[in-house]
Amino acid sequence: MDVLNALVAFSNFVLVPGIAYGSQLALGALGVTLVYGILRFSNFAHGDTMAFGTMVVVLVTWAFQGAGISIDPLPTALLAIPFGILVTIAMLLGTDRVVYRFYRAQKVKPVILVIVSMGVMFIMNGIVRLIIGPGDQRFSDGERFIMSARTFKEMTGLDEGLAIKTTQGITVITAIIVVLLLFWFLGRTRTGKSMRAYSDNEDLALLSGINPERVVMVTWIIVAALATIAGTLYGLDKSFKPFVYFQLLLPIFASAIVGGLGSPLGAIAGGYLIAFAEVTITYPLKKVLGYLLPETLAPDGLVQLLSTDYKFAVSFVILLIVLLFKPTGLFDGRAH
Amino acid sequence: MTPTQTDMIVVDDVHKHFGGFHAVDGASLTIAKGSITGLIGPNGAGKTTLFNVIAGVLGPTSGTVTMDGEDITGLPPHDLFAKGLLRTFQIAHEFSSMTCRENLMMVPGGQSGETLWNTWFGRRRIADEERALRARADEVLEFLTISHLADNKAGEISGGQKKLLELGRTMMVDAKIVFLDEVGAGVNRTLLNTIGDAIIRLNKERGYTFVVIEHDMDFIGRLCDPVICMAEGRVLAEGTLDEIKVNEQVIEAYLGTGLKNKAAAG
Ligand SMILES: Nc1ncnc2c1ncn2[C@@H]1O[C@H](COP(=O)(O)OP(=O)(O)O)[C@@H](O)[C@H]1O
Ligand SMILES: [Mg+2]
Repeated sequence: MDVLNALVAFSNFVLVPGIAYGSQLALGALGVTLVYGILRFSNFAHGDTMAFGTMVVVLVTWAFQGAGISIDPLPTALLAIPFGILVTIAMLLGTDRVVYRFYRAQKVKPVILVIVSMGVMFIMNGIVRLIIGPGDQRFSDGERFIMSARTFKEMTGLDEGLAIKTTQGITVITAIIVVLLLFWFLGRTRTGKSMRAYSDNEDLALLSGINPERVVMVTWIIVAALATIAGTLYGLDKSFKPFVYFQLLLPIFASAIVGGLGSPLGAIAGGYLIAFAEVTITYPLKKVLGYLLPETLAPDGLVQLLSTDYKFAVSFVILLIVLLFKPTGLFDGRAH
Repeated sequence: MTPTQTDMIVVDDVHKHFGGFHAVDGASLTIAKGSITGLIGPNGAGKTTLFNVIAGVLGPTSGTVTMDGEDITGLPPHDLFAKGLLRTFQIAHEFSSMTCRENLMMVPGGQSGETLWNTWFGRRRIADEERALRARADEVLEFLTISHLADNKAGEISGGQKKLLELGRTMMVDAKIVFLDEVGAGVNRTLLNTIGDAIIRLNKERGYTFVVIEHDMDFIGRLCDPVICMAEGRVLAEGTLDEIKVNEQVIEAYLGTGLKNKAAAG
């Protein structure tokens, strides 16, 4: 019974939140890794792109809620996501037109593009705060739990409860669908294949008649969709606060780099790795261990390896370790 | 130079400067339709750079390139590709993570599958195209005698086989003119003969015009007429290989000036 309780406690506080958070990071890291693979720079504006997309979703959600449109028990935001994606696509294509294309034509070094993307980051950040304000916004509605802790306890008779939030369920299902679609697209369709070809060997792709501007355009479209979905899922799960999305940049980059920049598969693996590490290390494991260890050995403290205030340090440390031992990341992104 | 009906490519006074260094320094030449033209010259003569300018990889500092009477100076590679102008690289390029067949199937850009709309709503047509592409890729592999490599990763085949694969890329579409940069570099004699045979057949059967950079004079002698010799970014001489071989300037260029050029580059 204690083992079961430990397992349930672990699932409740580490496994389920880890899977949900990992899915959000994975979707974010996919966007970063695609930009890196195709446009060949680290896009610092990605966190704020997520914030921008989510902001549009929040605004449309509010409008729907005001008009009494809902898809109860699911959150209305799901209905608003397509709108968020469309506006974000317009935003990114516009940015590319006005900013990145100029630098691309000059064939500038990637480091210049990184700095340019920081400029874009500040501008997007400003736009988002100007429109929706810097504060915390709640926009989730519908049924809160797929299964609440109490229902679980009643069902199983265990001391420990396992709660699964609707947003966690939605996050995982959406992430699976999005990832399957993306891999099908990259692996099976001609457009996807030309993106891979372009990422693999730009010179050859150009001389094979692949139009680079098309590839870039499709990339931004996919990135806009990924960013909006990732941001919305994160916002539904926690809440929407622009600055938090800027902070998410670190674990997202860590995920993409740990997995191997340019590798979609790596981005996903990296996302879950970082998420689980963060959740496990910052969660007080006292409860779980309390069930497993004999009473005499039961821990006195909380067994929280690191305060949640330092959770971003986890990304750093993992990044450091992986880069020390396998500088290309877990999966080699660029096949050279 | 006035372009005539039989001129495929006219390069007129092209300069390409890298900083103060003149890699191509006033090159002018014409490539006759249906010819296999050889381009020789010591290392650093500017042959590859001239290819890059013609193929739209580099914009020229000055000068013009004309194809079939149309000014193509500075057009991007994919536009030139659409016009039937293709090139291969001195160091073979490949999509290393794809198979040889997939590499070939990547080539004909700009078909139905390339639009997002068709990706989702034109599945049937794309499937038909895929089938046709696949058949063509297999034909090409057969033609090049590398059918057995169809499913091998392109990153894992030998350098010479990569050169063949590069030639294969040009066969996936109906090219008009193909620029081959050092097709024979690092390729063994047998494979080189295979490549030579393929070039001759493509020239005869499909009417491809070729411009071939190569250091192997036997290869050049067997395939090319005329032969153009470049040195120090300029065209020194043009004629049959036998004429070129006894040209005083050419001999001098091969003896010494290559080194001077290198010093200027450094
Ligand atoms: N991107 C570049 N920047 C500076 N110098 C270059 C560049 N590309 C080529 N060169 C120089 O131009 C000269 C001609 O090179 P290249 O066209 O490769 O000669 P070839 O193909 O005839 O051997 C060489 O001296 C080379 O160092
Ligand atoms: Mg060369």
